[in-house]
Amino acid sequence: MRRIIAILMENEPGALSRVVGLFSQRGYNIETLNVAPTDDPTLSRLTLTTIGDDRHMEQITKHLNRLVDVVKLVDLTEGAHIERDMMLIKVRAAGADRDELKRTTDIFRGQIVDVAPSSYTIQLAGTTEKLDAFVAAVGDAQILEVVRSGVAGIARGEKVLRP
Amino acid sequence: MDQRTVELLSGGEMVARALEDEGVEFIFGYPGGAVLHIYDALFKSNGTPHVLVRHEQAATHAADGYARATGKPGVVLVTSGPGATNAVTGIATAYMDSIPMVVFSGQVATHLIGEDAFQETDMVGISRPIVKHSFMVRHASELPTTIKKAFTLATTGRPGPVVIDIPKDITRPDEKFEYSYPESVRMRSYAPSQKGHSGQTRKAAKLLLSAKRPMIYSGGGVILGEGSDELIALARHLNYPVTNTLMGLGAFPGTDRQFLGMLGMHGFYEANMAMHNADVILAVGARFDDRVTNTVSKFCPGARIIHIDIDPASISKTVSAHIPIVGPVKAVLTDLLEQVKSTQSKAEETLPDAGALARWWSQIEEWRSNHGLLTGRRYGESDYIMPQDVIRSLYRATDGDAYVTSDVGQHQMFAAQYYPFDKPRRWINSGGLGTMGFGLPAAMGVKLAFPEAEVACVTGEGSIQMNIQELSTCRQYNTPVKIVNLRNNYLGMVKQWQDMQYEGRYAMSTYEDSLPDFMKLVEAYGHVGITVRDKNDLDAAMDEAFALRDRLVFLDVYVDPMEHVYPMHVAPNGSMKDMWLSKSERS
Ligand SMILES: Cc1cc2nc3c(=O)[nH]c(=O)nc-3n(C[C@H](O)[C@H](O)[C@H](O)COP(=O)(O)OP(=O)(O)OC[C@H]3O[C@@H](n4cnc5c(N)ncnc54)[C@H](O)[C@@H]3O)c2cc1C
Ligand SMILES: Cc1ncc(C[n+]2csc(CCOP(=O)(O)OP(=O)(O)O)c2C)c(N)n1
Ligand SMILES: [Mg+2]
Repeated sequence: MRRIIAILMENEPGALSRVVGLFSQRGYNIETLNVAPTDDPTLSRLTLTTIGDDRHMEQITKHLNRLVDVVKLVDLTEGAHIERDMMLIKVRAAGADRDELKRTTDIFRGQIVDVAPSSYTIQLAGTTEKLDAFVAAVGDAQILEVVRSGVAGIARGEKVLRP
Repeated sequence: MDQRTVELLSGGEMVARALEDEGVEFIFGYPGGAVLHIYDALFKSNGTPHVLVRHEQAATHAADGYARATGKPGVVLVTSGPGATNAVTGIATAYMDSIPMVVFSGQVATHLIGEDAFQETDMVGISRPIVKHSFMVRHASELPTTIKKAFTLATTGRPGPVVIDIPKDITRPDEKFEYSYPESVRMRSYAPSQKGHSGQTRKAAKLLLSAKRPMIYSGGGVILGEGSDELIALARHLNYPVTNTLMGLGAFPGTDRQFLGMLGMHGFYEANMAMHNADVILAVGARFDDRVTNTVSKFCPGARIIHIDIDPASISKTVSAHIPIVGPVKAVLTDLLEQVKSTQSKAEETLPDAGALARWWSQIEEWRSNHGLLTGRRYGESDYIMPQDVIRSLYRATDGDAYVTSDVGQHQMFAAQYYPFDKPRRWINSGGLGTMGFGLPAAMGVKLAFPEAEVACVTGEGSIQMNIQELSTCRQYNTPVKIVNLRNNYLGMVKQWQDMQYEGRYAMSTYEDSLPDFMKLVEAYGHVGITVRDKNDLDAAMDEAFALRDRLVFLDVYVDPMEHVYPMHVAPNGSMKDMWLSKSERS
């Protein structure tokens, strides 16, 4: 099952490698990883997605919690949550394709953020599925480059993850 | 923060002073370029004594042996590069057995890091999976707090090794900063449990009292958490049988009637049978290791399990616990005994069921008298000295009260089986990593901590050669330990597996005629050697070794090379109750 784990950790060198090391040591793949400082610059917020069964996830969350750099964590998939992945995608856009791409971008509520004579760069945010759907809609032939931020997630409602 | 007047010290001086302020008794180490400023500061301060080993691995094992025997953290100081990598095996050994240790490793100067500088290795990276935590020091002024954090982390919660990597420029003598050593430090992300959940403890008490076939399975955590008295009190109050893991030996008195011996792969028949047939198991400070459980899916099929451990990650890792209690053994066992007493006083019937318990004990006594290792002679005779008899002789010569360290192999199992330990911290061995070469340096660390105590190292001719150079350190620091070499001329434990699973093909488990003359070897190091080949000489030789109080004695005892360690779990696919009891007999 796909999991989204949100981690608050010390914004220190080495902290990220400890987190990542726990996964690689066990042969688990990290599907996406997103990390940045929070409003408190001494803390980083990390969101990662991975695939694992309940038993393995319980072990890995216990081990993550055991890391001295990890202040708090939550498995967002255990409750209602919002997840967003952000994508910048550069596509071939010449002639009639330009209008078509503009329409597709609008339908997906994306924005064209850079325009060049034969290409557009489009910005799009949403769930992983939505971004996948956009990539499929545009089609391999048009795509020049894709960059995605990885999932960032937050719980719905009043639940907060703070130290 | 304390109130002492602020002083100006260099980074090197801070390390030396912090160790004094921390009350460290010994530093085990080896110098080199990256730590020379620290060594110079140690020299000048003339504070904490330093033990110069002959190999950095031995520094970590000696610090580890010291820690296991005293309960205080072991302290290690090594240089960058090869010094640090040599320490890795010892750090991993301590990590696997949750031993408190602080390792200072030198690092190349900050501006050289990442340039493949001379003797540069990424020690924080290399050690990452085998430490509880690690620090890279970025400024000398961080040292006091960092060192305090390291000692706090190493010794609290589930103990473990902590590495502090210090670039050389941080310790330079010409730059001084304010020094004051904190009394304590707080880390917002670190708060080990201080107490168990009282609701869970109450449930546990009820379940324990409902048992008809109870077992107490206790491990290294009871020793690490100083919970031996509380364990004994609970077990005595309930009159329940107790087994210990290899790491837990001594937490419950080995000679007590309620003690069923070690459990697991080479555990006692009665302990394994009782575990398999138990209806309630109280696991305390034990982590259901694969050397204990045999096939997990067949582990103790009828048992409901209460599991006390300070580390949530140990609970339900391999075997699910019905009642998990996260907390330190000492506090939780104290609460549990209270709850047991109060449940008993409130209950209408007598708890536990006395008739059931009596039947359970008589079943256990039957197992014990049929196959117990200490209720009859369970091993054969041959022209050779039997290895089990050597351990018995050691037990006799030391009145069962020695500190016994061991290496890894058959000799280790014989020692665990035939030397019943009545006190915690007396049995010092590498269980989780199984590190050959651990025994001699560990014995050195123990002897330094307790110069008046008898310290024996039970070893094999394979293992002892992995850190034999420490005979020189023993000479320099006058640590007259007794080395008992169960000499079977094989990598015996490997040979046993080859006998049992590879039709006796001894692939690289013999040394042909290449073994050194150990008598000449130990004499060359300035010690005494005694060879024993005849069983009639065994006791006298053992007594002679211990009579030479001020000398290190190497007792080279030729034992039966064909002997195996039994019981031994049947694997693969066996359960706790499936054991080989001898070469031909199965449970
Ligand atoms: C050749 C060989 C053969 C072996 N055969 C056997 C065998 O037959 N039987 C056997 O038992 N072992 C055997 N071992 C050892 C085995 O590999 C494990 O090391 C051992 O079983 C683990 O012991 P333990 O469960 O007590 O855990 P330990 O490694 O001692 O772990 C201690 C546990 O206690 C917890 N803890 C620590 N402090 C506290 C506290 N204050 N409060 C609460 N909990 C705490 C820790 O979190 C941890 O979970 C063998 C090893 C070798 C090398
Ligand atoms: C460093 C290391 N290498 C290899 C092993 C695998 N191993 C376990 S027991 C053993 C044989 C030990 O031989 P010896 O010290 O003579 O003890 P014996 O079993 O003969 O009593 C070996 C090679 C190990 N545990 N540690
Ligand atoms: Mg041998």
